[in-house]
Amino acid sequence: MKPTLLDELRKGDRLALSRLLTQVERDTPSGRAALEELFPATGHAHKIGITGPPGSGKSTLVNALVYALRSLENDPKVAVVAVDPTSPFSGGAILGDRVRMLESQSDPKVFIRSMASRGALGGLAERTAAVTQVFDAAGYDFVIIETVGAGQSEVDIVRLAHTTIVVDIPGTGDDIQSIKAGILEIADILVVNKSDHPGADATLRNLSTMVAMGQRRQYSATKHGPSLSTPKAETEAEPAWYVPVLKTIAAEKTGIERLADAILRHGAYLRESGMWEQKEAAALRETIIKMLASTLLKNWRARIPDEELEAILAKVSARNISPQEAVERLLAL
Amino acid sequence: MTEHKIRVLIAKPGLDGHDRGAKVIARALRDDGMEVIYTGLRQTPEMIAEAALQEDVDVVGISILSGAHNALIPQVIEKLRANGQEDVFLFLGGIIPQDDIPALLAGGVRKVYGPGTNTAQVCTDIREAFAERIEA
Repeated sequence: MKPTLLDELRKGDRLALSRLLTQVERDTPSGRAALEELFPATGHAHKIGITGPPGSGKSTLVNALVYALRSLENDPKVAVVAVDPTSPFSGGAILGDRVRMLESQSDPKVFIRSMASRGALGGLAERTAAVTQVFDAAGYDFVIIETVGAGQSEVDIVRLAHTTIVVDIPGTGDDIQSIKAGILEIADILVVNKSDHPGADATLRNLSTMVAMGQRRQYSATKHGPSLSTPKAETEAEPAWYVPVLKTIAAEKTGIERLADAILRHGAYLRESGMWEQKEAAALRETIIKMLASTLLKNWRARIPDEELEAILAKVSARNISPQEAVERLLAL
Repeated sequence: MTEHKIRVLIAKPGLDGHDRGAKVIARALRDDGMEVIYTGLRQTPEMIAEAALQEDVDVVGISILSGAHNALIPQVIEKLRANGQEDVFLFLGGIIPQDDIPALLAGGVRKVYGPGTNTAQVCTDIREAFAERIEA
């Protein structure tokens, strides 16, 4: 709509940025045009994902982390994208992450944006990646992405973020929880928040054990595989990242400097090992595949008359044909 | 392109510590399909305007029970305008004396609600205001 939007954005106009975020979130034509123009300017921000169960203190941790990152010598710009769930019944949402993030919201180099998940199930909203790109292009050095309160399988964040932080709290389960697949596996950094609560040491121990087992596997794969790999591989092996398990009390800002330090170290590790580019490429591939899927579906839907679709769906409801057969028939239309 | 969800900031400026009303209205708006950004207690007018800016809301709903509305509301409106958000609708709820209401409305408040307000009415009013904003 307004051709001047991008110029304003680059000048640091916060209202222009905010309005652009809305256009991008709604996927409007002007939002799409802006993303297209902005794309070459992206790829610089360090994207940090924060995930963990509801009530584990993610928002409070983000608040503390923003403060710590803003205290760095190079005076970075920090954006936060906080995702909260949309009600499956009304389509509405309460976005309450900001309540915990008031400390830095008036800092002109901080921008906090809440997003409703709008039906997406992977812990992010469908447009979170696009919104992140806008912040990236607008010159934010760090973009922190807080997922909805996640359980065991909301792992989309790992495809978006460079550094994924999984927040756990004491007393959420025995050691069998920590060896299950899923959310703990995606962590580049593990945090035991509320570590002044009873059971913090046990949680820390469980997580550390799990991490150590994973690392032994990595270690033997990269370093101790004489029977499997050539000696040359040993010297050329990628420098390994050892997942730190850190204790924090976010509400008191305890342990946050070590967390910020771990994030910076992980960023440096990614860049040195070439994994940064790999992650970027994987994230872009994911974005393109998703776009392709939704475009194909939309185009297909646009050329299928409603009656034909309904007729086939009715046959499935009546158990005349199976869903599999329905799909085959629909694709043959 | 997706439907434009109505985004509402619910805020409580000043020092009174009762946010039950604000939470009830937040929940009612959510159940009406709106996206409600809740910012909690003891907000300054600057903080409210800053949150409204970063969240690009369509509506700001303010709850005041302390009697400080004549001091706080004009400041909120002034800050919103200073940020370029003069098109954001401001709704006010709380304990507001009848005598104060005309001046508040004249100053830019869209509606003022007292105790016992039907939440469905608030939802309707917000949707009406939003429809005007989209047309404009």
